Amino acid sequence: MIALFLAIVTALFFPGIIIRVKSIVSGRKGPGIFQPWKNIFVLLRKGSVFSRTTSFVFQMAPVIYLATLICAILLLPFPGMPSWFGFPADFILLAYLLALGKFFFIIGALDTGSSFEGMGANREALYSMLAEPAFFILFGTLAMLTGHLSMQSVFEHFHLSGYNSVVSGMIAVYVLIQIAMIENSRMPVDDPKTHLELTMIHEVMVLDNSGFDLALIQIGTNLKFALYGNLIANILIPLNLAIPYRIVLFFGIQAVFAASIGMMESFRARKKMMKNPQFIVTLSSIALVGFILSLLMMYQLIR
Amino acid sequence: MENILVILPVILSFSILAVPSRLRYYCTLFISLFIVILTSIPALEVIFSKGCTPQIFYLVTLLGSLHLTVDGLSAFFILVTNFTVLTGLLYSKGYLVSYRSLKSPAQLSLHNFSYTWLHLSMLGVLMLRDGIPFLIAWELMAVSSFMLILFDAEKRATLKTAVNYLIQMHIGLVFLVIAFLLCAADTGRMSFDALTVYFSHHSNTGLFTLFFAGFAIKAGFIPFHTWLPEAHPAAPSHVSGVMSGVMIKMGIYGIVRVLTNVQSDLVTIGLIVLSVSAVSGVLGVLMAIVQHDLKKLLAYHSIENIGIIGIGIGLGAIGLGIHNPMLVMLGFTGGLLHVLNHSLFKSLLFFSAGSVYQSCQTRNLEELGGLVKKMPVTAGLFLTGSIAICGLPPLNGFISEILIYIGLFTGLSAGSVYQSVYMLLAIISLVLIGGLAIYCFTKAFGVIFLGSPRSASHTAVAEAGKGMLAPQLVISGVILMIGFFPLIFLQPLAGIISMQFQLSVVPGWSSITESLSMIGSMGFLLTGISLLLFYIRYRVLKTRIVREGPTWGCGYTAATSRMQYTGTSYADAVSGLAEPILKTKTQVSLIGEEEIFPGEGSFSTHTEDVFRLGLNRLIDFLMLVLKKLARLQTGNIQHYILYAFIFMILIFVLLYLKIL
Repeated sequence: MIALFLAIVTALFFPGIIIRVKSIVSGRKGPGIFQPWKNIFVLLRKGSVFSRTTSFVFQMAPVIYLATLICAILLLPFPGMPSWFGFPADFILLAYLLALGKFFFIIGALDTGSSFEGMGANREALYSMLAEPAFFILFGTLAMLTGHLSMQSVFEHFHLSGYNSVVSGMIAVYVLIQIAMIENSRMPVDDPKTHLELTMIHEVMVLDNSGFDLALIQIGTNLKFALYGNLIANILIPLNLAIPYRIVLFFGIQAVFAASIGMMESFRARKKMMKNPQFIVTLSSIALVGFILSLLMMYQLIR
Repeated sequence: MENILVILPVILSFSILAVPSRLRYYCTLFISLFIVILTSIPALEVIFSKGCTPQIFYLVTLLGSLHLTVDGLSAFFILVTNFTVLTGLLYSKGYLVSYRSLKSPAQLSLHNFSYTWLHLSMLGVLMLRDGIPFLIAWELMAVSSFMLILFDAEKRATLKTAVNYLIQMHIGLVFLVIAFLLCAADTGRMSFDALTVYFSHHSNTGLFTLFFAGFAIKAGFIPFHTWLPEAHPAAPSHVSGVMSGVMIKMGIYGIVRVLTNVQSDLVTIGLIVLSVSAVSGVLGVLMAIVQHDLKKLLAYHSIENIGIIGIGIGLGAIGLGIHNPMLVMLGFTGGLLHVLNHSLFKSLLFFSAGSVYQSCQTRNLEELGGLVKKMPVTAGLFLTGSIAICGLPPLNGFISEILIYIGLFTGLSAGSVYQSVYMLLAIISLVLIGGLAIYCFTKAFGVIFLGSPRSASHTAVAEAGKGMLAPQLVISGVILMIGFFPLIFLQPLAGIISMQFQLSVVPGWSSITESLSMIGSMGFLLTGISLLLFYIRYRVLKTRIVREGPTWGCGYTAATSRMQYTGTSYADAVSGLAEPILKTKTQVSLIGEEEIFPGEGSFSTHTEDVFRLGLNRLIDFLMLVLKKLARLQTGNIQHYILYAFIFMILIFVLLYLKIL
């Protein structure tokens, strides 16, 4: 339960930190840290316009998208504490819940009959399909190293496995950050600030969502960041700290994660659309390298 | 008494040919119900008896006594078969209405008769253990399904497909006959039970591979699948549902049945099954993505799902090989539960695809669109099937896939380096299958049901009749039930597996049941949260101004339905990435630059199955050789006498040289 609470708190600050960092780096005055949430509250109060082409699918999509994210967050453990809903193989359910949300998000976009939204939907489906193996290879590595299957015990035993965990931990954190960037449609795969529909992914899929529905989607996106941030924190936070310190460290990690996203987005160009698949598949190969390294360590193939 | 009960449906089935056409359907239904009740009772008794005690029925025939054995494995498949065949029959009533004017009563009677015989022969396959009766039932199954595919034989393509199907089934039969003969030559008996004797003192891999090849042609594993994507679309939808839902599973049944007798080399065998399945799964779904024909798309998904089932079975076999009961349980329960799941969602998808075909008269994705407004219930059913087939929670596909996943992840850390590597490869292929399936079904559902209609021709589209929707609703009910209460189905299945493979206690099994019950409750939680959010949304939107407008065209105001994303454009990204395997050909006729009044341009893509191309090349080669050989056939009696003379001299020479 604490994980849900922390995730909500993280989600409150996360997008604000990113835009703050971006505005500072680019020398603008920029909006305040709560501006994204102020926007969401404005949206919640607004009316809605629905396209005549759309059907019940379009109305369902934002709600189910958010519901899957809430359920996924309920599965997350807090470092060193049992999760509210964890069980063996819960990370598979986590990945598939996210996939269910994406499924509805995609068909919601297709429901508008807009060619732009079709394009965005197509890219979303392709990129998440390509990014999925990296996540599973990563968890396969961790499960193999620890011999456990539930997220909580995987992370717990991961920290106990000594120096071996340092290398795998580094790879894991790197891969998770990159997956988070892809899944949340950030640089270098997607640029949330682009103005051309042809080059968008996430933004173009929500062109026809307005008011309450758009707010739900934005809340969902913020929660998704918090979800990945939580996973990263689980890998990084040592268990021998006292709980208050762990919580402080947790927020510290989230802040650094958000700031680093802001920094990366400020100094990095978006990739060409055609190059994106290559970039995403590279992530799986990095995860595979991590897996092979762990194999070498586990079976002491090299001495 | 048993004798009469067993023979009765066989005799009764001939009455379908005799009754007047208005009673035909009810007669078929009555006979089917009779068969269903007759076989389901012993099947249920076996499954819920302590330790799955098999039941054996003796049937005295003119040629000697026949044993019908129902053990746990048969019982499970019998129940799956009965359910799908019955729902298919209920659906067919509405589906065949439009054929009444097109077909003669004799054709319709023959169709129903073949349908009943397909049912009977499948049950025969599941209950007969002796070689020859089994092969006869196997053959009857091929012939009756051949007759069902032939239903639309006025179309030349259908005729060709059906003959192709029959030939390929017989190639499969040859493998099985050889395999049984090898067993008979050694043990003197020709039956599945005798295989145990054969396997106990011979190399296991060879004979198993023969059986596997024979059964794989029926099941549709790549590269033995080339008949499948042709035959499923050619048949009427209820038949496609039954063929894809249960008939190809007879191949799976055969593989598992042989596996229960295999004694050694299990790791090698498991690896063979695992790798063939992983390839089938990934290639199957890749090929599905580029299809334009809805039923062909679904047919390729059958190959994908057979791949998933095979991954489970391969995992189970490896578990048997390394004496890890956990892997055995997870692999086989996952695989077999997926057999049930696939039979449910695939028949559901085929039935709703049939409804779409019937109201729009086309299966071409590029001509459909926007059907959700005209056929909301069918759209909902297709959506349910899509979510289930993608293996997404909270529906049934996820349950069987997660069992296999847990098995693969457990296998990662429970053995040698090699084992970890191939388990990881299996995980990657399963993940890719999942991702690609989502890609494929967002395309299928999106292009068919969402957006606006791509062709003006079907403006008078109406929702399918109640008679066609009711069986689909029943199937969706079962799909939901497996998703929300997985343990009801898992526990009996676990009992069957532990009986078949003599596993007494599986350490750690309770954690699996705990996981599954948690997944079930997560389904409820997800539904609860969604409903709550819906309620809040409903309350909020009531107080806000809600307007309708056109879809935002990014500044362009004259958007037409032709500008929508099409199935081809949606598939383009993947077909580009998988170019070496898919070999998509495009034909473009551009509008000339110089023309003042340009004519219509055109663009079309076509993806040919590379395996089919390979097969065609092989057949072309054979034809060439045979044509050359045909020169010997001159028609002159003198030549034939000469051949006989040469033959005799040859034998003489060989004998003289002591070669013969």
